[in-house]
Amino acid sequence: MKTLRKFLDSVKPHFEPGGKLQSLHSVFDGFETFLYTPNSTSKAGAVNIHDSLDSKRIMIIVVLALMPCLLFGMYNTGYQNWIAAGATEFPFWQLMAYGFLAVLPRILVAYVVGLGIEFAVAQWRREEIQEGFLVTGILIPLICPIETPLWMLAVATAFSVIFVKEVFGGTGYNVFNVALVTRAFLFFAYPAQMSGDKVFVASGKILGLGHNLPDGFTGATPLGQIASFTGDKLELLNLRGDAISSLDAFIGLIPGSFGETSTLCILIGAIILLVSGIASWRIMLSVVAGGLIMGWVANLFHTPTYPASFLSPVDQLLYGGFAFAAVFMATDPVTAARTGAGKYVYGLLVGVMAVLIRTYNNGYPEGAMLAVLLGNALAPLIDYCVVQLNVSRRNSRLRARA
Amino acid sequence: MRRTINLKKGLNLSLAGGLSSSDIKAETRPSAVAVIPDDFHGFQPKPEVAEGDSVSAGQPLLHDKADNDIKIVSPAAGKVRCIVRGHRRKIERIVIDTDSQQSDPVTHSASGDPDSIRRLLKVSGLWVMMRQRPYDIIPAPDSMPRDIFVTAMDTAPLAPDMEKELAGKELELRAGVKALKTLTKGSIYIGVRSGSSLPEIEGAEIIEFNPLHPAGNPGIQAANISPVNKGEIIWTLDAVTLAKIGGLMINGTVDFTAHVALTGSELIEPKMVSTIEGADLADLLEGDIADDGRNHRIISGNVLTGTPESMEGFLRYPYRQVTVIPEGDDADEFMGWASVSPSKMSVSPSFLGRFFGKKFKPDARLMGGRRAMIMSEVYDKYLPMDVMPEYLIKAILAKDIDRMEALGIYEVAPEDFALAEYADPSKIELQRIVRDGLDYLRSEV
Repeated sequence: MKTLRKFLDSVKPHFEPGGKLQSLHSVFDGFETFLYTPNSTSKAGAVNIHDSLDSKRIMIIVVLALMPCLLFGMYNTGYQNWIAAGATEFPFWQLMAYGFLAVLPRILVAYVVGLGIEFAVAQWRREEIQEGFLVTGILIPLICPIETPLWMLAVATAFSVIFVKEVFGGTGYNVFNVALVTRAFLFFAYPAQMSGDKVFVASGKILGLGHNLPDGFTGATPLGQIASFTGDKLELLNLRGDAISSLDAFIGLIPGSFGETSTLCILIGAIILLVSGIASWRIMLSVVAGGLIMGWVANLFHTPTYPASFLSPVDQLLYGGFAFAAVFMATDPVTAARTGAGKYVYGLLVGVMAVLIRTYNNGYPEGAMLAVLLGNALAPLIDYCVVQLNVSRRNSRLRARA
Repeated sequence: MRRTINLKKGLNLSLAGGLSSSDIKAETRPSAVAVIPDDFHGFQPKPEVAEGDSVSAGQPLLHDKADNDIKIVSPAAGKVRCIVRGHRRKIERIVIDTDSQQSDPVTHSASGDPDSIRRLLKVSGLWVMMRQRPYDIIPAPDSMPRDIFVTAMDTAPLAPDMEKELAGKELELRAGVKALKTLTKGSIYIGVRSGSSLPEIEGAEIIEFNPLHPAGNPGIQAANISPVNKGEIIWTLDAVTLAKIGGLMINGTVDFTAHVALTGSELIEPKMVSTIEGADLADLLEGDIADDGRNHRIISGNVLTGTPESMEGFLRYPYRQVTVIPEGDDADEFMGWASVSPSKMSVSPSFLGRFFGKKFKPDARLMGGRRAMIMSEVYDKYLPMDVMPEYLIKAILAKDIDRMEALGIYEVAPEDFALAEYADPSKIELQRIVRDGLDYLRSEV
C-alpha cells in the first residue's frame, strides 16, 4: 500500500494546475480519493467531526445490492437461450459464462460512455468526479433487453447522461432517473427493435457457447404475451411452450429484461438497501401497496378487453419490471419525493400508475418504467404541497398570536 | 408535576475522552486571558483601552457601536498585552497579561427598576452573554423579549453536567430570574434534564427534557415550548449566566470564574478544572495532551460547534469545555469508504461500530468529498423543531427572503444544525450556510 501511496504522491504534481497533465486533474483526483480517503479536515465555523458515511459508500452499497440481480441475470440469459433451443440439460457454469459474455459488452459500453462524459464534464467544471454514475452504469444493462444493439445503448446512455443529468448540474440535481430515461429513450426512439419478441432473449452463439436460435422463434415475455392475448383464459408460456407459474416468475426463470426477472434476487437487494438504511422503506412499502391496490381493483373488474386484468394483484408484482422499479428505481433519493409524508404519496402514485398503465394500455406493457418517470415529474409538486403544510402551520401560529 | 417534553429527534454521540467525575481536579490561574468579539455575534467592537493599559477585572475593554453602554469586560485584572486586528482593522481579540495577585473586581450598584437593571446588565458585560432570536445575535439594545429561555442542561458531546455547576446557587438563580422578569412581559422558562433536582424558582417555569442532544440548546427548547414567530424576539441564555446575573444583583460584582471540562480522546486524563473565562489554552492544557506523535485538533468548545484553536488560542465564549481530538491529516486510509472496521464512527447501519456499544475516537477529517444534497430526510432526524431543514437550507442558498421567512429562519440558529452537519453524507457546511443566511437577512430587512 505504501508503494501505491508513494506512486500517487510522485505523479500528483503533473495533475496540479501548471502540470503537464492538468487537463486530467479531475480524473486523477477521482482515482486518488477512491483509493485513499482524503485527508482534508474541517475548517472553523463547521463541525469538527464528520460521519464516516460518504456518497462513495452509498453508491457502492447500491451496486452491491444489485449484484444478486446481475448474477441471476447472467444465469437466466443462458437459461433462456438453452431452453429456446430446446435443450434439456442446463450446465450451470456454461449458462453463467454465456450470460456473462452476453452482458459484459453492455456493462462496458454503459460505463465507458457514461463515465467518459462524467469525467469530461467534471474536468470542464473543475469539480470532483461524482459517484452517481457508478450505480447508473450498472442499472442500464440490468433494465435493458439483452439483445439491445450496443450502438443504441451508447446513444441512449450519452443522451440521458448529458440531457437528463449534466445540463441540470450533475448528480444530486437531476429531475429524472438517468437509467430509466436511457430505457425510455430506447423504447421510444427505436420501438421496432426494442419492443419485438426477440430482443429479450439472447439468440446467438457467443465465443462458441450457447445456441443459434432459428429465425422463426418467438421469445415473448409474459407481459408481452398478455398484451397480445385474446380469449378469456389467460395462460402464460415459457419459451419451450410450458406454462409459467407464479413461482417461476418469483424465482425469475422467465424471459425479460436482463436483471428484472427475479423477484427473489430483487428482494435480497431490497433487504441490503433497507438494512443499511440507504433506501427509503416508506417508498418501497407504498409502491408495493399501490401496486397491490390497483392490481386488486383491476382484477375485480377483469375483462378480456384488457387481458392484464386477469393477473392477480400478487402476479402484478412478480411480472415485468415492477419489483425492480419499486426497489431500485422509485427509491433513487434524488428523483423521488424528499419529504417524509411526500414519500408515501409518491410511492402510492408510482405503484398505482405502474399497474394502471400496464393493464389499460396494451401498447406499453412496461408500465413500471413510465410510472416511475411520471412519479419523478410529480415528486417536486408533492414535496411542495408537504412543505406548504409546514408553511401554513407557521402562518396560522402567527395569526393566532396576533 | 413539571411539564416534560420528550424529543425523539437527535443523537448522543458516543465519544472517548469523557469526564469520569465532574469534581474540580485542579485550579489554573492563566498567565493571559483574551476576549474575542466574534464570539458575541452582532457586537460591533470599539476599544476603550489601549495596549499597555492596566485593567481590573470587570473593567470594560470594548463597547458596541450601536449602544455605548453594551460592554465586553475584562475577565481578569492585568495589563493589555495587545489588540490584535485583522482584515480592515477588524478587532480580532484583546489579550491581557494577568496579574499574579487577585484584586477586587469592579463593583456596580443595582436598583430594582427595569431601566437600571437593563443598563447594569449592559455595562457589567453580562448583556453580551445572552442571545436573541431571530438572527442569533446579542440582544438588541432596547429589545423587549416575548419570553426568555434558559437552559440548565448541556447535551453537547462530552459536555460537563451543568447542574453540578448550579449546585448551591439557588439564591443567585432566584435573583437572576427576578431581574430578568423585569425585562419581559412574558415568561421565563428553564429547561432541565428529566429527573433534575433543581428546585422550583419563583417567576420561572421549569420544563424537563430528555437529554438527547440537541435538546440542551435553548433554541431547541424554545421551539418546543413556544416557537418564535415573525416580528417576535426571544432571549436565550444558559443557567450559569443566569446565576451570574443573580450574583451581580446580590453582590454588585460579576463572577468570572469558569469551571472548564478538558475532554477528548487525545487527553491523558479528562478532568474538570477551575479557571477564568477567556483563559489561554497553553496554561489550561499544559501536560494534559497525549504525546503520541499525532497532530492534534484543540477545540475551544465541543466537537460539534466549537472552534478549532492552536495551543496559542484561548477559551472562547460560550464554552466551558475544551476538546482535543486527532486532526487526522496524517492518516493514510486506503479505500476508507469500503471499510468494515468497527472503529469507524457513523450513524449509518452500514458501519458496524455502533452495534458494539463502544466509544469512538473520531478525527477531524471530512471523511468524503463535498457533494450536492443526495440523501433525503437526513437533516430532519437531528433537528427537533417544526422546521423543514432541507428546504430552509435551499431557500438560504437561493437567497430567497420570502421563502426563508416562510420556512422559519427566525426560529433557528447555526448551532441547531450542527448534528445534521455531522451526519450529512454530502458534507455540506450547514452551520455556515445558516449563519450567512441570518446575516444576509439582517442586512436586508
